[in-house]
Amino acid sequence: MDLPGFQAIQTRRHFFRYCAGGLDTAALAYLLGNPASASASRLANPNPLAPKPAHFAPTAKNVIFLFMAGAPSQIDLYDPKPALRRWHGQPLPESMTRDLKLAFVKPSAKILASPRAFRPHGESGTEFSDYIPHIASRADDICVVRSMHTEAFNHHPGQSLLMSGSVQLGRPTIGAWVSYGLGSESDDLPAFVVLSSGRGSSGGSSNWSNGFLDSTYQGVVFRNTGEPILFLKNPPGVSNRTQRARLDSIRRLNQERYEATGDTEIASRIQSYELAFRMQAAAPDLLDFSKESQATLDMYGVGKDPTHPYATNCLLARRMVEKGVRFVMLAHASWDDHQEIDRKLGRNCAITDQPAGALMKDLRQRGLLDSTLVVWAGEFGRTPLGQLERVDEAAGRDHHADCFSAWVAGGGVQGGQVIGQTDELGLGIAEDPVHVHDLQATVLHCLGLDHERLTYRHMGRDFRLTDVAGTVVRQALA
Amino acid sequence: MNPARCASSLGLAAAITLAGMAMAQAPLAPPTQAVDFASQIAPILESKCQACHGPAQQLSGLRLDDRAEALKGGYSGPVIVPGDGEASRLIQLVSGQVDGVVMPPVGDRLQAGEISLLRAWIDQGADWPDSTGEAAAETWESKTDHWAFQPVRRPSLPAVAQRSWTRNPIDRFVLASLEREGIEPAPEASPATLARRLSLDLTGLPPSPERVDAFLSDPGPGAYERLVDGLLESRHYGERWAIHWLDLARYADTDGYEKDTERPYAWRWRQWVIDALNRDMPFDRFTVEQIAGDTLPDAAVDQRIATGFHRNGLKNREGGVKIEQFRFEETVDRTNTVGTVWLGLTVGCSQCHDHKYDPISQKDYYRLFAFMNAMDEAEIAAPVAGEMGPYLKALPGYLARRRELLAKNRVYELQPAWEAKMVEAADNPGKWTDWDHALDAVQKYMDNGEGLVRKPRQDRTDREQTILEDHFVKNYHRVITKEFWKELDWVGLRKELLRLRAETPDITYARAVADATPPRRTRIHLRGAWNATGVPVEPGTPSVLPPFESEGKHPRLALAEWLVSTDNPLTSRVTVNRIWQEYFGRGIVPTADDFGTRSPGPSHPDLLDWLASEFMDRGWSLKQLHKTIVMSAAYRQSSASRPELQERDPGNVLLARQRRLRLPAEIIRDSALKASGLLNPAIGGPSVRPAQPEGVADLAYAGSVKWNESRGKDRYRRGLYTFFQRTVPYPQLMNFDMPDRTATRCTRERSNTPLQALNLLNDRTFVEAARALAVRVAESNGGDFEKAVREAFRLVLTRDPTASEIRHLRSYFDQQMAIFDSEPDAASKFMPLAAAGLGRSEIAAWTGVASVLMNLDEFITRE
Repeated sequence: MDLPGFQAIQTRRHFFRYCAGGLDTAALAYLLGNPASASASRLANPNPLAPKPAHFAPTAKNVIFLFMAGAPSQIDLYDPKPALRRWHGQPLPESMTRDLKLAFVKPSAKILASPRAFRPHGESGTEFSDYIPHIASRADDICVVRSMHTEAFNHHPGQSLLMSGSVQLGRPTIGAWVSYGLGSESDDLPAFVVLSSGRGSSGGSSNWSNGFLDSTYQGVVFRNTGEPILFLKNPPGVSNRTQRARLDSIRRLNQERYEATGDTEIASRIQSYELAFRMQAAAPDLLDFSKESQATLDMYGVGKDPTHPYATNCLLARRMVEKGVRFVMLAHASWDDHQEIDRKLGRNCAITDQPAGALMKDLRQRGLLDSTLVVWAGEFGRTPLGQLERVDEAAGRDHHADCFSAWVAGGGVQGGQVIGQTDELGLGIAEDPVHVHDLQATVLHCLGLDHERLTYRHMGRDFRLTDVAGTVVRQALA
Repeated sequence: MNPARCASSLGLAAAITLAGMAMAQAPLAPPTQAVDFASQIAPILESKCQACHGPAQQLSGLRLDDRAEALKGGYSGPVIVPGDGEASRLIQLVSGQVDGVVMPPVGDRLQAGEISLLRAWIDQGADWPDSTGEAAAETWESKTDHWAFQPVRRPSLPAVAQRSWTRNPIDRFVLASLEREGIEPAPEASPATLARRLSLDLTGLPPSPERVDAFLSDPGPGAYERLVDGLLESRHYGERWAIHWLDLARYADTDGYEKDTERPYAWRWRQWVIDALNRDMPFDRFTVEQIAGDTLPDAAVDQRIATGFHRNGLKNREGGVKIEQFRFEETVDRTNTVGTVWLGLTVGCSQCHDHKYDPISQKDYYRLFAFMNAMDEAEIAAPVAGEMGPYLKALPGYLARRRELLAKNRVYELQPAWEAKMVEAADNPGKWTDWDHALDAVQKYMDNGEGLVRKPRQDRTDREQTILEDHFVKNYHRVITKEFWKELDWVGLRKELLRLRAETPDITYARAVADATPPRRTRIHLRGAWNATGVPVEPGTPSVLPPFESEGKHPRLALAEWLVSTDNPLTSRVTVNRIWQEYFGRGIVPTADDFGTRSPGPSHPDLLDWLASEFMDRGWSLKQLHKTIVMSAAYRQSSASRPELQERDPGNVLLARQRRLRLPAEIIRDSALKASGLLNPAIGGPSVRPAQPEGVADLAYAGSVKWNESRGKDRYRRGLYTFFQRTVPYPQLMNFDMPDRTATRCTRERSNTPLQALNLLNDRTFVEAARALAVRVAESNGGDFEKAVREAFRLVLTRDPTASEIRHLRSYFDQQMAIFDSEPDAASKFMPLAAAGLGRSEIAAWTGVASVLMNLDEFITRE
């Protein structure tokens, strides 16, 4: 805690002493900081989530990270490879596959050309496959990176590298770094929220872990049914009135202890309880879609099969951004299609494409896209080689770390462009490689954070999200 | 750290780019006249090579300013072949003939003329007059001035003016620095606060009112010491301090990573730790048994269980993971853990390159790595009391019934061919995709699975055979047709085997280590990559520390003994510092995990050395160390803040008071259970699954984790027994900063968040505790409000309430009563339990009061 903060608290302490009868409403507002007196409360507030200045002027305030866990196939979605048709059903010459690192299949496996049709969209003419028409309809907002690469080609390490910058588990994840670097703009919601759909990702909670940062910065899982946040609901039989009375009592006794010990931690504890109470009111409100128009609900696909769960998450993401949530991660699993890839990919696209496209459109219409960075990425890509001996509908694709696609949009990104190029067969990168560390550096850059300066000392070393690498992808910026 | 990426910081990325631009240069024809080393070669080496391969650093282990060193080469082997310039790696590297690399990677490269000179010099025999090595000695030695590498001294006690304040030598050091600054120490905390502080610090539980009463009513001079001794004798002491050790050992009940498979016997090692601490096993012994218990002559089962320390790291069983790559990563983790826990050094930085700040070379790293690399994983029978008799009695019958089942279902007929095929697949990777997959499962799902398949049937133990058969029955479908699998109907067989297993008494096993057979040698891994090996190294310890001699002993045993030898300047300092940190919220060295040159160093160097030497002199007794610290006047100070010092010493570095410390996650749970009377105080045993909200486990991979809530009294065990599922850990523990147990951790954060508030307000466990506490205090006091509140305060906060607190709670109670009177439904939902002699809304209002007390900052804080 810094000195002005301490002095403010000391001043308040005296204030309590002379108000022997307890706190009146004005004093309470001062102590707890209602939105109207936010700057006063921030001065007094040892809250680690208080907004902090960025390193430089940001182009985005919030991030929505559409995390496609399990590694979607870029070859069937974003990176057309017509040349594969010529090789379909045949193994590649050994000279071409010598350096491939593969998880399951052997380099001698047969090529599997994409059965999908690609066509250009928007004024920019960026090509997308027919599985993702809604995302494609936002082509001019989207910057597709076809030259992503990573080192890890197994799921959990890959997800760990994408989220925390290291295959070694236990590091803070991107959302935690952002909350740590910028604090929260929300008065009644967490800074970093996680929404999950599908069957659970390989990394589980390590994908939104605070690592060695304090637990203030962990991703808070927000469930779209039942109790949205763990322990959010009052105990049975406790109405909001009794809960408020309980909190008032706790606050009153905490204040007495604070006066006796002078420990500013107690002041933060009082603030935490007040934020908790506000969160109890605000979080369920987020789930109340009654004020959304039917057109909006339909656009996302809320209430429709199979889009409903993901549509709900996408709409929640927009509502959270509106309320100042700094970082929203939507994890959808799993895209790990080792078999029957065409059918399974179609299913996942049917679930996610319409809601994701609607989210982009909705953000654009509401003027939120200019300050919200949207990221769509999995942990790696998939091979042009088929898995299984056959190359029919039963075939799938193996993990591929050497090249894959991701996209970014909004918040300072130059849409309507494609960065990077893979080789003719989609085995490697031909132009402008972008490592996951570069993507991370770019996300931080849009938020006004220099990835080399956002550090935390642990185990004798200054750690950062991008480990010892990362370059901002300037070409992606507007 | 990722080796390949990390390398870029060393300029390797630059090297690759450069190599890409400049094609390999054909060296000019070498000059025919004799080359003179001193005038022609030395200047080239000096200007182009020695910045990285000279006295100051030897990247890749190469040193080019000293003849002997230069001829030895670097981590990847010799670089100069006298007489053959073309075959010399040095020439290949400087002329860009090595794929993707050209030396030097940054700065001016060698001119063609320089390359041909170098080449000619090597062709002519690399004649290099013996250098004096003048420049040589400077770096390592200057680095050893670092305080942490100097021997531990026994400092004399400093003179102090206020002798009457001091209670033991600790206080002399603390007071001396306070007096130097002209600061008075804080007054002693109240006896009730001290009783609570000691009980939480030594046992992790709030004290019982009886113990506090006995202490408060004991006027004798030794009352405090008697309280301390009593707490140190409590078996809860071992639990409290096991929590600390479990963080260091990255203990968990599952593997982590995608599969996150359960480790049903992980707890056996935890049990060993609790027992060892309770017996006050000397720390040197505690070390030797965990690092190398299996190598002790006639190692007892307990000593082998202790080696489970090495087995607590993560295990990746995800399909597609390369076995050897992951074994390398595990060994790295084991090495780094030993480096941090015993040496307080970030040795892991040297996995990929020589340490940037500390005198630890990459070679040092792989010498340390070599000890761990020579281990394999082993499972041992580790029965607990009462298991062996029933097990042995049931075993013959069990095996007979099992064999009958397997024979009837053609397992014996089919398994040998499958085993042979697995071995064949292992020897011919890539030949049959399906068999590769099946082999992957063999390697992943069983520890050392490939070894097991290769082991001849007659050499396998019954248990090994059972494990392999079970795997076969479960996984045979991977290599046969659907039709054949259907025909076999082994799904039914599996169920029968599981049922048979479940109804037969079994014993407990333990996860241990053993020497690898055949012995595994270690080489340096270039750039820290698992598959790029350089020159061989022998097991050894960092060269900056006292010399390591194995003297014919087992190397790992010799390592353990070296770690706890009194010459080692680090182990004792690092250990006492970590324990001090638990008591004062800050170590004497604030970076408990880093005693290297980047550490700010000790605030009280003499105190640190005194404690370290005292620790060793008293036979490494941890209980003695704890007692020494808590007996000091420094420890007994009040924790109230001192506004007059806030500016001068905001971090309380000078120890002019104690500190209020938020309790660790487990102990918050324990305190609520203890105060309410719900706590099940059983010590040790398997992990339990207390209540957690629905849906938490669903976030694990593909819904693979099932949280089968424990029943009965197992729901109220202490927090350290909560089953730790790495990918979806218990929410209450994570909300209060329990480490995620992915890697060793020396220091816990103490955050203060709204999720913690929600957790204490609304979590079922804490609501149940409030209900139980309400019944406990209201019933026994027959509804006398003030008496009941006083008792609740004593149970929850170990003190009497103030008049204003009583007044306030009274009005809260009355208000709640009124609400619950008007809402009887709400009352019985909030408080379903009845209390003798009390009405429904009355006991519900008491539950509210109990919950308020258990939500106070003071309740979750050690003052």
